[in-house]
Amino acid sequence: MLDDFMIRAALAGVGVAFAAAPLGCFIVWRRMAYFGDATAHAAMLGVALSLTLSTPMFAGVLLVSLLMAVIVSTLSGRGYAMDTLLGVMAHSALAVGLVSVSFLSGVRIDLMAYLFGDILAVGKTDLAIIWGGALLVLIIVGYRWSALLLSTLNPDLALASGISPRREELVLTIALAIVVAVAIKVVGVLLIVAMLIIPAATARRFSRTPETMALMAAVIGACASVAGLRFSYHFDSPTGPTIVCVVAFLFIAFNVVHTIARRMGAKLKTRRQVHE
Amino acid sequence: MLLQTRALSIRIGNKPILENINVRVDPGEIVTIIGPNGSGKSTFLRSLIGALAPSHGQITRSPGLSIGYVPQRLHIDETLPITVKRFLQLPKTSPLADIREQMANAGAPDLLNQQLMSLSGGQLQRVLLARALLEKPNLLLLDEPTQGLDHRGAAAFYRQIDGIRQQLNCAVIMVSHDLQYVMRRAERVICLNGTICCEGKPETVGSSSEFQALFGFDGDDDTLAFYSHRSHHHESGPVREAV
Repeated sequence: MLDDFMIRAALAGVGVAFAAAPLGCFIVWRRMAYFGDATAHAAMLGVALSLTLSTPMFAGVLLVSLLMAVIVSTLSGRGYAMDTLLGVMAHSALAVGLVSVSFLSGVRIDLMAYLFGDILAVGKTDLAIIWGGALLVLIIVGYRWSALLLSTLNPDLALASGISPRREELVLTIALAIVVAVAIKVVGVLLIVAMLIIPAATARRFSRTPETMALMAAVIGACASVAGLRFSYHFDSPTGPTIVCVVAFLFIAFNVVHTIARRMGAKLKTRRQVHE
Repeated sequence: MLLQTRALSIRIGNKPILENINVRVDPGEIVTIIGPNGSGKSTFLRSLIGALAPSHGQITRSPGLSIGYVPQRLHIDETLPITVKRFLQLPKTSPLADIREQMANAGAPDLLNQQLMSLSGGQLQRVLLARALLEKPNLLLLDEPTQGLDHRGAAAFYRQIDGIRQQLNCAVIMVSHDLQYVMRRAERVICLNGTICCEGKPETVGSSSEFQALFGFDGDDDTLAFYSHRSHHHESGPVREAV
């Protein structure tokens, strides 16, 4: 079954969607979108590093994203605003990564593949890494769920309950680094944040608890991956961007449906009141 | 002893907020903290939960200490959907019966299925109180809990705190800006302005020159008139209201 590249691609997309969903929710709740962006950009340095040392891509990217996450977490709140620090580090890392890749002699790499992903080239090893990473992230986030949630709602309430908000933030950034590292093959450096944020944002209006929002985001992300894959096969369009287009379409469609439903609900209510 | 601070000083950045604070709280005791804006009242409570590290001095917590903390305000981000019921289950789940009991205790029984974001200021205070009670605290920290309540609501809230205190036998440290209430009903008052300027029974604090300078009272002020009225009662007989 895994010999069909379309099936491997679909499984890879679904795996990334599952891992990205709960993390994406936290990124939306904590307004950390830029943090995800920065980690993803820094990953380019990881790509260069793995090519230089001829280690597996995943290892280099994970190392650099982790480093980036930890450094930014530690430095934040010391003289520079978080977004300034992230901007300095992320774009420096991206630039250094791109320059060092160009110096590698004898290696011709397809830069586009890292910027936009190459989900159709996912092999069996890649699939194992993606699902391994996704499961790891789900286990970490599931295990710390309540503590993470309370730290997100209010750090002081967390402290009074014996939870360290700083430690929870570190857990979150580590999980984020893992997702970036496994997702790079699927949607690429530039579109990872879209897979994190858009499904979560789409689920927001239809959820009453944090758990339903995360579950809905997972379903939306997974459906968009599979649908995007089909569309890109039909129309011969680049796969990563097509998946993101489908998620973006779902976001707009859900919002339109929600607005119409609310207006109709309000109308019914007034009509009922008039009848009474 | 539940909790004790010795020579506690807190700096935020380079700015000294609290200087040389010595406070000891015993089980079941109720301590009311008053002071002008920016006098470090909230900072003091936040240092007790460990949100701010002392720049000098120390905080000793008894081994069995369990703190229920009610912050001054809680900003709920609109991106985070959460019902009251779910919020009360953070960080650990409690049986629904306990949740209903503490919501009733806090005076907000029928809010469980509402979104936290949709609550009014007073309702949110009560939900925060219920959540603090679910932790079965032996020390309750309340940061201006009557903020956003009208006079009658505030009086009811104070009565509830008294009831809760008797029921759970927990100590309370409460920040209040409600001088009328404090002078009438408090047991032990700490007047804070960067450092402790006076403390003791309301009568003692009310008559101290530091207190009068801080709150700008002259002799005719209502609160003080009321206080002297009370102390007059005290002299004429052991009439003591249940607090």
